[in-house]
Amino acid sequence: MIKMEYYLIVSTLMFFIGIYGFVVRKNMLAILISLELVLNAVEINFAVFNRYLFPGSMEGMFFTLFGIAITAAETAIAIAIIINVYRNIGSINVRKINKMKG
Amino acid sequence: MEYSLLILVTPFVLFLLLGLTGHKMKHHVAGFIGTLGMGLAAVLSYVVAFQYFFVIGKTGGIFKELIPMSFEWLRFTDKLHIELGILLDPISVMMLVVITTVSLMVHLYSLGYMHGEKGFQRYYAFLSLFSFSMLGLVVATNIFQMYIFWELVGVSSYSLIGFYYQKPSAVAASKKAFIVTRFADLGFLVGILILSFYTGTFDFGALTANNAELAVTSMQGLSFMGLSIGAWAMALIFMGGAGKSAMFPLHIWLPDAMEGPTPVSALIHAATMVVAGVFLVARLFPVYLFAAPEVLTLIAYIGTFTALFAAIIAVTQTDIKRVLAFSTISQIAYMMVSLGVSGYGGHDGVGYMASMFHLFTHAFFKALLFLGAGSVIHAVHSNEMKDMGRLHKYMPVSSITFFIACLAIAGIPPFSGFFSKDEILAAALHHDKLIFFVMLFVAGLTAFYMFRLYFNIFWGKEKEYDNHHKPHESPALMTVPLIILAIFSVFTGLIPFPEFITADRMSFAAHIEWGTVAIPSIVVALTGIVIAFVLYAKGSEKPAQIAKSLGGFYAATVNKFYLDEVWMFITKSVIFKLISEPIKWFDRHVIDGAMNGLAWTTQKVSDSIKGLQSGQVQLYVWAYVVGSLVIAALVLFF
Amino acid sequence: MANLIIFICLALFIVIMSVMAVTSKKILRAVTYLLFVLIGTAGLYLLLNYHFLAAVQISVYAGGIVVLFIFAVFLTSNKGDMIDNHNKKRILYGIIAAVAGVALTGFVLLKHEFLNYLDNPTIAGDGEINMKMIGQALMGTEKYQYLLPFEILSVLLLACIIGGILIARKR
Repeated sequence: MIKMEYYLIVSTLMFFIGIYGFVVRKNMLAILISLELVLNAVEINFAVFNRYLFPGSMEGMFFTLFGIAITAAETAIAIAIIINVYRNIGSINVRKINKMKG
Repeated sequence: MEYSLLILVTPFVLFLLLGLTGHKMKHHVAGFIGTLGMGLAAVLSYVVAFQYFFVIGKTGGIFKELIPMSFEWLRFTDKLHIELGILLDPISVMMLVVITTVSLMVHLYSLGYMHGEKGFQRYYAFLSLFSFSMLGLVVATNIFQMYIFWELVGVSSYSLIGFYYQKPSAVAASKKAFIVTRFADLGFLVGILILSFYTGTFDFGALTANNAELAVTSMQGLSFMGLSIGAWAMALIFMGGAGKSAMFPLHIWLPDAMEGPTPVSALIHAATMVVAGVFLVARLFPVYLFAAPEVLTLIAYIGTFTALFAAIIAVTQTDIKRVLAFSTISQIAYMMVSLGVSGYGGHDGVGYMASMFHLFTHAFFKALLFLGAGSVIHAVHSNEMKDMGRLHKYMPVSSITFFIACLAIAGIPPFSGFFSKDEILAAALHHDKLIFFVMLFVAGLTAFYMFRLYFNIFWGKEKEYDNHHKPHESPALMTVPLIILAIFSVFTGLIPFPEFITADRMSFAAHIEWGTVAIPSIVVALTGIVIAFVLYAKGSEKPAQIAKSLGGFYAATVNKFYLDEVWMFITKSVIFKLISEPIKWFDRHVIDGAMNGLAWTTQKVSDSIKGLQSGQVQLYVWAYVVGSLVIAALVLFF
Repeated sequence: MANLIIFICLALFIVIMSVMAVTSKKILRAVTYLLFVLIGTAGLYLLLNYHFLAAVQISVYAGGIVVLFIFAVFLTSNKGDMIDNHNKKRILYGIIAAVAGVALTGFVLLKHEFLNYLDNPTIAGDGEINMKMIGQALMGTEKYQYLLPFEILSVLLLACIIGGILIARKR
């Protein structure tokens, strides 16, 4: 018997590990990876609540589905930007991307 | 009479024209334009005077005041509003004639005197501005308009005194003149405010009507520090007049103002601006007489003292323009005394009449003296008497006209000064014997120092003149004004002034009191002349011996009784040290310090918090996460 | 019981891989750990009987995004550049935020009484949603049907394609 809280604990851990990574990392790709973790944790939550609390409907699952799609889109754009930044500045270290800083 | 406005507009237009486009003109073009414009104004003033006195004339035995035009400029309350307009009454019409005549003479004379000077057009522009302001001052319908033009006169006189602005002494003199008169004008302004606060009007007509009824009733029973409010107001207004008219102790600017070009001295510091104070007192004379008679007495005594004081200094000065400057102070003091001892109606008002009379005659002979001195200075290129002597044979016209002016100022009949001075002495005799005797003594001194000047310049010892710089008679442009003014000096005394200008505007019959006034004054004047002749006509050594025997007193007079130094001490050691320095310290350290401290704090605070706005999204996210956690915790646990 | 064991294994795997993904010094390894996390997540979906979701997760995330990441890593790597020399203060900040967040959220989770789900028959593994229902829900316009979000999403993806090309193309 798997309790719902178990899933939620896993997703919580994943979420805050993502936050940690987002704050600590300097490489833009690493930051993006942390972001993926955060989003993934959220999606797990949708699915879990749907399954355990409202098994008769499908909203949670569809939100997860759409979430995945949006994440994919966002990641694609972010990676395009990162590549472009790299091309222009020669680095994807966020500390070095300060050309537009006043 | 609306065309009287043109008298004001012409010089103003000339000022704009010459001031804005003068630098593109040739010198003589600018000069002639200025002179022609002034001539037009002079002709118009004569027409106005003729029409006022003879065509319109008296209604019911008095000369009514006319206001050909007036428009409302500022409205404070229904009663209190400021108007700009033109007021014609006997004294303003007389002043129009005096100012335009002397100004025209000066314009004409300057064509020769200022020939080839740098800034010739600027000179004419400022002359026009000055004429405009002075004319505006005399025709002002209310005290506020007068104040406006009063300040304009101050400004234009400042720029004319400082005409040679490369000379530090001229700059200092112009600043001194401006600051001293400005300081006096502070009193004037406060006086205006007090007066208009209680009476509720600025208008001269309303103030002086019915024996100054308004001023007397509105300020009745009010007093401040033992003096009535009326006396305070009028004394403060007189302070302004004393500043412009160089009454003791505010006279110190006038001798220094001689740094300006000589024709300017003739115009401003002899005939027009310096009599503005006399004119002011005369204009408000009923208010003085009925609302503040004690101030009038004060004026009489200040005038008496100033006359004596300035005459004594004039005796020892060696710079001819300074002699004339102190002589001017002394003569203006005569006019003030005359106003101070005057009554109102009929023969009591002889002082008022005599004051205006003396103003009128003095303007011409003093302008003549200054222009004559200018002619001499032009010839020998020096202001000092020791560089002159026996000039009569080189410059006969200047000599003769100067002689006429000296006779006029000394009060020898039938020259004009005799008549006016005689009336003043008569007025003083009937009012206060002490004043009379002092003034009589001053009359003798006047004769003495004027002839000392004359003999030293035109007689005395022949000096060594360079062959290249042999003194020569001035050109006709300069001698013609001298001759015209000499004619005025001879004949203006014959004008029957009591017919036209009196305190209550009704004519009365004045007569010369030969026995008590005229004969003594002539005797005194002749004594002065004879002493001067003995001492200076041949260039003897006696004056130096007398000076030596007088010792300290002589030194004090040469140094103008150290009044400049006293003022310097008061401003430097008292005002600057005790008031300005602490204020400066307060400003530097407290006010600036507060501002600097504020700026410093702001800078420090922003320095310390600017890290928050680092542009690093990661830190923002961190703050967002922690912040939302804190909020959630607060919601959960409290 | 077997499910529980599988879940525990998956959960441990996911958490460990997550930690590795955010602490790994080499970026390519981080991407790999991310891939494992995503696969683990797909396993969770399977445990929840969302088979379609698990398939999408694997195909989109593991198959699409991770490949993108790997390409990005290849395109942007300088020699030895991947090592993050972390700054200690920043790590402290991160740990504070993470620990505080886990503590607070965990507290709420464990304290809160959820709806009673224990008699829910689908938990045991019986409630698979068939493809027909999913397809109808995606394409329908009735209540609880999602044509509009679906269309919006498709437009979003189109915009992403255009944007991606525009941003990344060589000038």
